[in-house]
Amino acid sequence: MQDLTSSFLKLIRLAATDLPPEVERSLRAACERETPGSAAAGALVTILENVGLARQNSTPICQDTGTPIFYVHHPEGWSTRAIRAQIRDATAQATAHAYLRPNAVDSVSGKNSGDNLGDDYFPTIHFEEIEGEGLTADLMLKGGGCENVGAQVSLPSVQLGAGRDLAGVRKVVLDTVHKAQGKGCAPGILGVAVGGDRGSSYYASKEALFRSLEDTNPDPKLAALEDQLTEEANQLDIGPMGFGGQTTVLGVKVKSMHRLPASFFVSVSYMCWAYRRRRMVIDGAEVTYS
Amino acid sequence: MHNLTIPIQDQTIRELKVGDTVALSGVMITGRDAAHKWMVETFIKKTRDPQGDDQQVYEVLKGILAGGAIYHCGPVVAGLDTHEYRFVAAGPTTSAREEPYQGDVMRHFNIKAVIGKGGMGPKTLAACQEVPGVYLHAIGGAASLIAQSVQRVQTVYKLEFGVPEAMWVIEVRDFPAVVTMDAHGNSLHAEVEARSRDNLERLLARGLR
Repeated sequence: MQDLTSSFLKLIRLAATDLPPEVERSLRAACERETPGSAAAGALVTILENVGLARQNSTPICQDTGTPIFYVHHPEGWSTRAIRAQIRDATAQATAHAYLRPNAVDSVSGKNSGDNLGDDYFPTIHFEEIEGEGLTADLMLKGGGCENVGAQVSLPSVQLGAGRDLAGVRKVVLDTVHKAQGKGCAPGILGVAVGGDRGSSYYASKEALFRSLEDTNPDPKLAALEDQLTEEANQLDIGPMGFGGQTTVLGVKVKSMHRLPASFFVSVSYMCWAYRRRRMVIDGAEVTYS
Repeated sequence: MHNLTIPIQDQTIRELKVGDTVALSGVMITGRDAAHKWMVETFIKKTRDPQGDDQQVYEVLKGILAGGAIYHCGPVVAGLDTHEYRFVAAGPTTSAREEPYQGDVMRHFNIKAVIGKGGMGPKTLAACQEVPGVYLHAIGGAASLIAQSVQRVQTVYKLEFGVPEAMWVIEVRDFPAVVTMDAHGNSLHAEVEARSRDNLERLLARGLR
């Protein structure tokens, strides 16, 4: 098995410093929608300037480089123990290069490990064995500000008047966006999971965030819900940074899961505008990043 | 655009209104969750005895914060090994977590400007009227850009809190921000919250298309 440490280091650098083009396109479109001279437009102009500067200088887009969340899809026979060790090594190197901020804090002692290596959950690494020869690694860097404004609701909710159906899901999502105000660094991207248990539901809400901002949900009912939620969240007038304005979310991605008869969870993961995620594909000696 | 220089005079603070853009220059300090808890417990409520260099750091802080600014920021810092520190990325963190502490800290140290993102609540707004002070909103996530306004890192205190939580003393020039809470009781965050709540209630009354 090849040593992928330097490839993982490049993946981390790209994720932290080079915003995906589709996200930048979406931010540019948002900037054009806002009233020129408004605080909302000013925030988006600053955001876009920062995106360019970070890319040019290979410096972090945002100082909160978040939890590194890796999804590794590997062929049969690859050692996940070895890959895990290489990812951890690359994470520590990226921290030493100041691509990442040391973010792993011991919850009991309060001590920061200094190199972004915590227990088995930090960085977060998911493995999945797949058919074929190539390895694909997806990385998302998810900051604390936006993670803190996520929410999970067990339907029905009397308070929201939300039942156990997609109409109820809609109410939970809109309420979550309202509660977040600008604290999650709006305009955000929402990963929503419907169903599952508390753990699997949150897990799936993050997986939904790996979808392209520009794709369409293959399920027509969910596609319609995503469109409606994006449109309606943008009618709340929370706006970029919570300054008021027309762009509160850039997109919504919904994933449906089987559930227990008794449970109907809606889990919302809020991703900030600094939607940092990158993919690496290794096929033989060739490594490509997107 | 208002050019503000630290220390900031009361008169200058009172002239600022919600929506004004500012460029801030001078020496300020970063402080977030651990720093606020430490300041309040050790020197304001005094539920914890000063330990180690606590008292010395406090004396220095009093000088920097009087008429000054505190920045809710956990930076990415280069030069940790050589101690030739440089801010690489330094955007604001969510300020709401300091709401239990901020008003008391402002009054205790006579802090004129609290800088962060996402806004703060009624306790801090009341302190802004009393001290007087303002809440300055920096653009969340604009970390590489904001780091360029940091001319020099003078020193760091409480590095044992970890790099993001330590108190970094920085010289800034034309640090960009927007006044979103002023000394006259106005808060853009309260306005947007109320307006968006009305919009939410209107939307919740409808169903799926």
